[in-house]
Amino acid sequence: MTEPSAESPADKLARATPPRVARRIRGLSDRAIAWIFVAPSIFLLLAVNIFPLIWTINLSFTNFRANRNREVEYIGLRNYERILTDSDIWLTMQATAHFLFWTIFFQVLIGFTLAWLINRKFRGNDLWTTIIVLPMMLSPAVVGNFWTFLYQPQIGLFNYVVSFFTGVDPSSFSMIGQVNLAPWSIVIVDTWMWTPFIMLICLAGLRSIPDYIYEAAEVDRASKWRQFWTITIPMALPFLMLAVLFRGIENFKMFDLVVQLTGGGPGSVTELTSINLKREAFEKWRTGYASAYAVILFVTVFGLASIYVKALNKVKER
Amino acid sequence: MRDFLRGLARLRRGPWEALASTLIGLGVIMLMQPFLLVAYTWSFLVTLTGTVMFIIVSHFPE
Repeated sequence: MTEPSAESPADKLARATPPRVARRIRGLSDRAIAWIFVAPSIFLLLAVNIFPLIWTINLSFTNFRANRNREVEYIGLRNYERILTDSDIWLTMQATAHFLFWTIFFQVLIGFTLAWLINRKFRGNDLWTTIIVLPMMLSPAVVGNFWTFLYQPQIGLFNYVVSFFTGVDPSSFSMIGQVNLAPWSIVIVDTWMWTPFIMLICLAGLRSIPDYIYEAAEVDRASKWRQFWTITIPMALPFLMLAVLFRGIENFKMFDLVVQLTGGGPGSVTELTSINLKREAFEKWRTGYASAYAVILFVTVFGLASIYVKALNKVKER
Repeated sequence: MRDFLRGLARLRRGPWEALASTLIGLGVIMLMQPFLLVAYTWSFLVTLTGTVMFIIVSHFPE
Protein backbone atom coordinates (compact mmCIF):
# COMPACT_ATOMS: atom_id res chain seq x y z
CA MET A 1 0.00 0.00 0.00
CA THR A 2 1.31 3.43 -0.85
CA GLU A 3 1.13 6.28 1.61
CA PRO A 4 -0.97 9.28 0.58
CA SER A 5 1.43 11.99 -0.60
CA ALA A 6 1.48 15.33 1.18
CA GLU A 7 2.66 17.16 -1.92
CA SER A 8 1.31 20.64 -2.55
CA PRO A 9 0.00 21.55 -6.04
CA ALA A 10 3.17 23.64 -6.48
CA ASP A 11 5.36 20.59 -5.81
CA LYS A 12 3.33 18.43 -8.23
CA LEU A 13 3.60 21.09 -10.90
CA ALA A 14 7.31 21.48 -10.27
CA ARG A 15 7.86 17.72 -10.64
CA ALA A 16 6.16 17.75 -14.05
CA THR A 17 8.16 20.70 -15.41
CA PRO A 18 11.80 21.10 -16.54
CA PRO A 19 14.27 21.67 -13.64
CA ARG A 20 15.00 25.35 -14.32
CA VAL A 21 11.32 26.28 -14.44
CA ALA A 22 10.63 23.96 -11.49
CA ARG A 23 13.05 25.86 -9.24
CA ARG A 24 11.11 29.06 -9.96
CA ILE A 25 7.67 27.44 -9.46
CA ARG A 26 8.68 26.02 -6.04
CA GLY A 27 9.09 29.59 -4.83
CA LEU A 28 5.47 30.50 -5.71
CA SER A 29 2.44 30.21 -3.45
CA ASP A 30 -0.62 28.13 -4.47
CA ARG A 31 -2.53 31.36 -4.92
CA ALA A 32 0.09 32.74 -7.29
CA ILE A 33 0.03 29.54 -9.35
CA ALA A 34 -3.77 29.70 -9.52
CA TRP A 35 -3.50 33.28 -10.79
CA ILE A 36 -0.98 32.21 -13.45
CA PHE A 37 -3.48 29.66 -14.78
CA VAL A 38 -6.48 31.98 -14.62
CA ALA A 39 -4.73 35.11 -15.95
CA PRO A 40 -4.91 34.26 -19.70
CA SER A 41 -8.68 33.69 -19.47
CA ILE A 42 -9.18 36.93 -17.54
CA PHE A 43 -7.04 38.80 -20.04
CA LEU A 44 -9.06 37.37 -22.95
CA LEU A 45 -12.34 38.23 -21.22
CA LEU A 46 -11.18 41.80 -20.62
CA ALA A 47 -9.92 42.20 -24.18
CA VAL A 48 -12.87 40.61 -25.97
CA ASN A 49 -15.84 41.46 -23.72
CA ILE A 50 -15.20 44.14 -21.12
CA PHE A 51 -13.08 46.56 -23.15
CA PRO A 52 -15.52 46.69 -26.13
CA LEU A 53 -18.39 47.21 -23.69
CA ILE A 54 -16.67 50.16 -21.99
CA TRP A 55 -15.64 51.54 -25.39
CA THR A 56 -19.24 51.28 -26.66
CA ILE A 57 -20.52 53.13 -23.59
CA ASN A 58 -17.88 55.80 -24.22
CA LEU A 59 -18.83 56.12 -27.92
CA SER A 60 -22.52 56.39 -27.03
CA PHE A 61 -21.86 59.91 -25.65
CA THR A 62 -20.19 61.09 -28.88
CA ASN A 63 -21.14 61.99 -32.45
CA PHE A 64 -18.53 59.57 -33.82
CA ARG A 65 -19.02 58.25 -37.36
CA ALA A 66 -16.74 55.36 -38.31
CA ASN A 67 -16.67 56.36 -42.00
CA ARG A 68 -15.61 59.98 -41.45
CA ASN A 69 -12.23 61.29 -40.42
CA ARG A 70 -13.28 64.23 -38.27
CA GLU A 71 -12.82 65.23 -34.66
CA VAL A 72 -15.11 63.41 -32.25
CA GLU A 73 -17.24 65.59 -29.99
CA TYR A 74 -18.86 64.61 -26.72
CA ILE A 75 -22.56 65.41 -26.98
CA GLY A 76 -23.73 64.12 -23.60
CA LEU A 77 -27.02 62.27 -23.54
CA ARG A 78 -28.23 63.58 -26.92
CA ASN A 79 -28.00 60.15 -28.65
CA TYR A 80 -30.11 58.56 -25.90
CA GLU A 81 -32.61 61.42 -26.09
CA ARG A 82 -32.95 60.98 -29.89
CA ILE A 83 -33.42 57.21 -29.67
CA LEU A 84 -35.95 57.40 -26.86
CA THR A 85 -38.10 59.96 -28.66
CA ASP A 86 -37.90 58.33 -32.11
CA SER A 87 -41.25 56.77 -33.02
CA ASP A 88 -39.61 54.55 -35.72
CA ILE A 89 -37.38 52.89 -33.14
CA TRP A 90 -40.39 52.57 -30.87
CA LEU A 91 -42.08 50.60 -33.69
CA THR A 92 -39.08 48.26 -34.01
CA MET A 93 -39.28 47.65 -30.24
CA GLN A 94 -42.93 46.69 -30.66
CA ALA A 95 -42.08 44.38 -33.60
CA THR A 96 -39.41 42.73 -31.43
CA ALA A 97 -41.86 42.35 -28.53
CA HIS A 98 -44.42 40.70 -30.86
CA PHE A 99 -41.77 38.36 -32.26
CA LEU A 100 -40.37 37.50 -28.81
CA PHE A 101 -43.70 36.86 -27.13
CA TRP A 102 -45.29 34.69 -29.82
CA THR A 103 -42.19 32.65 -30.72
CA ILE A 104 -41.56 31.78 -27.08
CA PHE A 105 -45.26 31.06 -26.47
CA PHE A 106 -45.57 28.66 -29.43
CA GLN A 107 -42.16 27.07 -28.94
CA VAL A 108 -42.85 26.31 -25.27
CA LEU A 109 -46.34 25.00 -25.99
CA ILE A 110 -45.39 22.76 -28.93
CA GLY A 111 -41.92 21.86 -27.60
CA PHE A 112 -43.22 20.69 -24.23
CA THR A 113 -46.07 18.74 -25.85
CA LEU A 114 -43.63 17.00 -28.22
CA ALA A 115 -41.26 16.20 -25.35
CA TRP A 116 -44.13 14.75 -23.34
CA LEU A 117 -45.18 12.58 -26.29
CA ILE A 118 -41.63 11.47 -27.15
CA ASN A 119 -40.99 10.62 -23.50
CA ARG A 120 -43.55 7.81 -23.77
CA LYS A 121 -41.99 4.57 -24.92
CA PHE A 122 -43.13 3.59 -28.41
CA ARG A 123 -41.71 1.95 -31.51
CA GLY A 124 -39.50 4.23 -33.61
CA ASN A 125 -39.06 6.66 -30.71
CA ASP A 126 -35.42 7.45 -31.56
CA LEU A 127 -36.16 7.86 -35.27
CA TRP A 128 -38.92 10.39 -34.56
CA THR A 129 -36.66 12.31 -32.17
CA THR A 130 -34.02 12.58 -34.91
CA ILE A 131 -36.56 13.71 -37.51
CA ILE A 132 -38.03 16.35 -35.18
CA VAL A 133 -34.58 17.71 -34.32
CA LEU A 134 -33.54 18.15 -37.99
CA PRO A 135 -34.72 21.79 -38.51
CA MET A 136 -32.53 22.97 -35.64
CA MET A 137 -29.45 21.63 -37.40
CA LEU A 138 -29.95 23.73 -40.54
CA SER A 139 -28.29 27.07 -41.15
CA PRO A 140 -30.64 30.05 -40.56
CA ALA A 141 -29.63 31.41 -43.99
CA VAL A 142 -30.74 28.17 -45.66
CA VAL A 143 -33.97 28.08 -43.65
CA GLY A 144 -34.74 31.70 -44.55
CA ASN A 145 -34.10 31.01 -48.21
CA PHE A 146 -36.24 27.93 -48.62
CA TRP A 147 -39.09 29.38 -46.54
CA THR A 148 -39.23 32.33 -48.98
CA PHE A 149 -39.97 29.71 -51.65
CA LEU A 150 -42.53 27.97 -49.43
CA TYR A 151 -44.25 31.33 -48.85
CA GLN A 152 -44.47 32.20 -52.59
CA PRO A 153 -48.15 32.95 -53.36
CA GLN A 154 -48.05 31.28 -56.81
CA ILE A 155 -45.88 28.21 -56.30
CA GLY A 156 -45.33 28.01 -52.53
CA LEU A 157 -46.39 24.91 -50.66
CA PHE A 158 -47.46 26.88 -47.58
CA ASN A 159 -50.24 28.74 -49.39
CA TYR A 160 -51.53 25.45 -50.87
CA VAL A 161 -51.62 23.80 -47.44
CA VAL A 162 -53.55 26.78 -46.01
CA SER A 163 -55.83 26.66 -49.07
CA PHE A 164 -56.43 22.93 -48.57
CA PHE A 165 -57.61 23.44 -44.97
CA THR A 166 -59.49 26.75 -45.31
CA GLY A 167 -60.63 26.90 -48.93
CA VAL A 168 -58.98 30.30 -49.46
CA ASP A 169 -57.48 30.88 -52.92
CA PRO A 170 -53.69 30.20 -52.53
CA SER A 171 -52.69 33.17 -54.68
CA SER A 172 -54.96 35.57 -52.77
CA PHE A 173 -52.51 36.18 -49.92
CA SER A 174 -48.77 36.62 -49.50
CA MET A 175 -47.24 35.78 -46.15
CA ILE A 176 -44.11 37.89 -46.57
CA GLY A 177 -45.63 40.57 -48.78
CA GLN A 178 -48.59 41.66 -46.64
CA VAL A 179 -48.21 44.02 -43.69
CA ASN A 180 -50.62 42.08 -41.46
CA LEU A 181 -49.15 38.63 -42.26
CA ALA A 182 -45.41 39.31 -42.43
CA PRO A 183 -44.87 39.46 -38.61
CA TRP A 184 -46.54 36.05 -38.37
CA SER A 185 -44.42 34.62 -41.18
CA ILE A 186 -41.22 35.13 -39.14
CA VAL A 187 -42.92 33.75 -36.03
CA ILE A 188 -43.89 30.57 -37.92
CA VAL A 189 -40.39 29.98 -39.31
CA ASP A 190 -38.61 30.61 -35.99
CA THR A 191 -41.09 28.33 -34.23
CA TRP A 192 -40.53 25.62 -36.86
CA MET A 193 -36.78 25.90 -36.49
CA TRP A 194 -36.33 26.20 -32.72
CA THR A 195 -39.18 24.19 -31.20
CA PRO A 196 -36.94 21.06 -31.29
CA PHE A 197 -34.45 22.88 -29.04
CA ILE A 198 -37.12 23.47 -26.38
CA MET A 199 -38.28 19.88 -26.89
CA LEU A 200 -34.80 18.48 -26.23
CA ILE A 201 -34.33 20.47 -23.02
CA CYS A 202 -37.83 19.53 -21.81
CA LEU A 203 -37.15 15.91 -22.69
CA ALA A 204 -34.03 15.99 -20.51
CA GLY A 205 -36.18 17.42 -17.70
CA LEU A 206 -38.91 14.80 -18.11
CA ARG A 207 -36.40 11.93 -18.21
CA SER A 208 -34.80 13.17 -14.97
CA ILE A 209 -38.05 12.60 -13.03
CA PRO A 210 -37.69 9.29 -11.17
CA ASP A 211 -40.39 6.66 -11.82
CA TYR A 212 -40.95 6.00 -8.12
CA ILE A 213 -42.60 9.42 -7.71
CA TYR A 214 -45.27 8.45 -10.26
CA GLU A 215 -45.59 5.01 -8.62
CA ALA A 216 -46.18 6.67 -5.23
CA ALA A 217 -48.79 8.93 -6.86
CA GLU A 218 -50.50 5.84 -8.39
CA VAL A 219 -50.62 4.24 -4.93
CA ASP A 220 -52.27 7.42 -3.62
CA ARG A 221 -54.74 7.13 -6.51
CA ALA A 222 -53.79 10.48 -8.01
CA SER A 223 -55.30 10.93 -11.49
CA LYS A 224 -53.06 11.35 -14.57
CA TRP A 225 -54.15 14.98 -14.77
CA ARG A 226 -53.15 15.62 -11.15
CA GLN A 227 -49.85 13.78 -11.65
CA PHE A 228 -49.13 16.03 -14.62
CA TRP A 229 -49.79 19.27 -12.71
CA THR A 230 -48.23 18.30 -9.38
CA ILE A 231 -45.26 16.16 -10.50
CA THR A 232 -44.42 16.60 -14.18
CA ILE A 233 -44.77 20.39 -14.52
CA PRO A 234 -43.03 21.42 -11.24
CA MET A 235 -40.12 19.03 -11.80
CA ALA A 236 -39.62 20.01 -15.45
CA LEU A 237 -40.08 23.74 -14.73
CA PRO A 238 -36.37 24.64 -14.14
CA PHE A 239 -35.49 23.04 -17.50
CA LEU A 240 -38.35 24.83 -19.21
CA MET A 241 -37.31 28.17 -17.69
CA LEU A 242 -33.73 27.62 -18.82
CA ALA A 243 -34.93 26.91 -22.37
CA VAL A 244 -37.06 30.09 -22.31
CA LEU A 245 -34.05 32.11 -21.09
CA PHE A 246 -31.86 30.81 -23.92
CA ARG A 247 -34.49 31.40 -26.59
CA GLY A 248 -35.48 34.80 -25.15
CA ILE A 249 -31.92 36.13 -25.30
CA GLU A 250 -31.33 34.53 -28.71
CA ASN A 251 -34.55 35.93 -30.20
CA PHE A 252 -33.93 39.39 -28.77
CA LYS A 253 -30.90 39.58 -31.06
CA MET A 254 -32.46 37.65 -33.97
CA PHE A 255 -30.98 38.85 -37.25
CA ASP A 256 -29.98 36.32 -39.93
CA LEU A 257 -33.25 34.43 -40.32
CA VAL A 258 -35.41 37.56 -40.57
CA VAL A 259 -33.02 39.37 -42.93
CA GLN A 260 -33.02 36.36 -45.24
CA LEU A 261 -36.78 35.92 -45.05
CA THR A 262 -38.26 39.42 -45.20
CA GLY A 263 -35.31 41.83 -45.05
CA GLY A 264 -37.27 43.74 -42.41
CA GLY A 265 -40.19 44.45 -44.77
CA PRO A 266 -42.75 45.08 -46.05
CA GLY A 267 -42.05 48.67 -45.00
CA SER A 268 -40.49 48.09 -41.62
CA VAL A 269 -43.06 45.80 -39.98
CA THR A 270 -40.56 42.97 -39.44
CA GLU A 271 -37.59 45.21 -38.77
CA LEU A 272 -36.42 43.92 -35.40
CA THR A 273 -34.10 45.94 -33.16
CA SER A 274 -30.97 44.04 -34.26
CA ILE A 275 -31.70 44.74 -37.94
CA ASN A 276 -32.42 48.40 -37.19
CA LEU A 277 -29.24 48.65 -35.13
CA LYS A 278 -27.16 47.16 -37.95
CA ARG A 279 -28.63 49.70 -40.39
CA GLU A 280 -27.83 52.61 -38.08
CA ALA A 281 -24.27 51.34 -37.48
CA PHE A 282 -23.18 50.04 -40.88
CA GLU A 283 -25.48 51.61 -43.50
CA LYS A 284 -26.03 55.10 -42.07
CA TRP A 285 -22.67 54.96 -40.21
CA ARG A 286 -24.03 56.74 -37.13
CA THR A 287 -21.62 54.91 -34.83
CA GLY A 288 -22.17 57.00 -31.68
CA TYR A 289 -25.94 56.81 -32.09
CA ALA A 290 -25.79 53.04 -32.74
CA SER A 291 -23.59 52.62 -29.64
CA ALA A 292 -26.25 54.31 -27.49
CA TYR A 293 -28.86 52.04 -29.11
CA ALA A 294 -26.73 48.97 -28.28
CA VAL A 295 -26.32 50.13 -24.66
CA ILE A 296 -30.11 50.45 -24.30
CA LEU A 297 -30.61 46.91 -25.63
CA PHE A 298 -27.80 45.57 -23.44
CA VAL A 299 -29.26 47.07 -20.25
CA THR A 300 -32.69 45.68 -21.15
CA VAL A 301 -31.44 42.13 -21.77
CA PHE A 302 -29.12 42.25 -18.76
CA GLY A 303 -31.91 43.43 -16.45
CA LEU A 304 -34.34 40.81 -17.73
CA ALA A 305 -31.75 38.03 -17.49
CA SER A 306 -30.93 39.06 -13.89
CA ILE A 307 -34.49 38.74 -12.63
CA TYR A 308 -35.00 35.59 -14.68
CA VAL A 309 -31.91 33.88 -13.21
CA LYS A 310 -33.12 34.87 -9.73
CA ALA A 311 -36.53 33.28 -10.45
CA LEU A 312 -34.81 30.18 -11.85
CA ASN A 313 -32.73 29.77 -8.67
CA LYS A 314 -35.89 30.10 -6.55
CA VAL A 315 -37.63 27.36 -8.57
CA LYS A 316 -34.56 25.09 -8.25
CA GLU A 317 -34.44 25.60 -4.46
CA ARG A 318 -38.07 24.45 -4.08
CA MET B 1 -46.82 45.10 3.56
CA ARG B 2 -45.41 46.13 6.94
CA ASP B 3 -42.76 43.38 6.70
CA PHE B 4 -41.86 44.57 3.24
CA LEU B 5 -41.40 48.16 4.43
CA ARG B 6 -39.44 46.99 7.48
CA GLY B 7 -37.18 44.96 5.15
CA LEU B 8 -36.59 48.03 3.01
CA ALA B 9 -35.74 50.13 6.07
CA ARG B 10 -33.33 47.49 7.39
CA LEU B 11 -31.68 47.13 3.96
CA ARG B 12 -32.60 43.44 3.58
CA ARG B 13 -31.99 41.72 0.24
CA GLY B 14 -35.47 40.19 -0.35
CA PRO B 15 -37.65 43.32 -0.47
CA TRP B 16 -35.01 45.41 -2.24
CA GLU B 17 -34.56 42.72 -4.92
CA ALA B 18 -38.33 42.57 -5.33
CA LEU B 19 -38.40 46.35 -5.80
CA ALA B 20 -35.51 46.24 -8.32
CA SER B 21 -37.16 43.39 -10.25
CA THR B 22 -40.44 45.33 -10.39
CA LEU B 23 -38.60 48.36 -11.79
CA ILE B 24 -36.84 46.24 -14.46
CA GLY B 25 -40.11 44.55 -15.44
CA LEU B 26 -41.91 47.90 -15.55
CA GLY B 27 -39.10 49.40 -17.67
CA VAL B 28 -39.24 46.56 -20.21
CA ILE B 29 -43.04 46.82 -20.48
CA MET B 30 -42.73 50.60 -20.95
CA LEU B 31 -40.10 50.04 -23.66
CA MET B 32 -42.19 47.63 -25.70
CA GLN B 33 -45.78 48.80 -25.14
CA PRO B 34 -47.59 50.28 -28.16
CA PHE B 35 -49.72 52.88 -26.35
CA LEU B 36 -47.72 55.80 -24.91
CA LEU B 37 -44.63 57.40 -26.42
CA VAL B 38 -43.95 59.14 -23.08
CA ALA B 39 -43.71 55.75 -21.35
CA TYR B 40 -41.27 54.59 -24.04
CA THR B 41 -39.15 57.72 -23.52
CA TRP B 42 -38.78 57.09 -19.78
CA SER B 43 -38.43 53.31 -20.07
CA PHE B 44 -34.63 53.19 -20.29
CA LEU B 45 -34.19 55.27 -17.15
CA VAL B 46 -36.54 52.97 -15.22
CA THR B 47 -34.80 49.79 -16.51
CA LEU B 48 -31.33 51.22 -15.80
CA THR B 49 -32.33 52.25 -12.27
CA GLY B 50 -33.76 48.76 -11.64
CA THR B 51 -30.71 46.99 -13.06
CA VAL B 52 -28.16 49.05 -11.12
CA MET B 53 -30.29 48.69 -7.98
CA PHE B 54 -30.46 44.90 -8.55
CA ILE B 55 -26.67 44.63 -8.80
CA ILE B 56 -26.18 46.64 -5.60
CA VAL B 57 -28.91 45.06 -3.47
CA SER B 58 -27.89 41.49 -4.37
CA HIS B 59 -24.97 42.12 -1.97
CA PHE B 60 -27.27 43.06 0.93
CA PRO B 61 -27.70 40.54 3.80
CA GLU B 62 -30.67 38.10 3.63
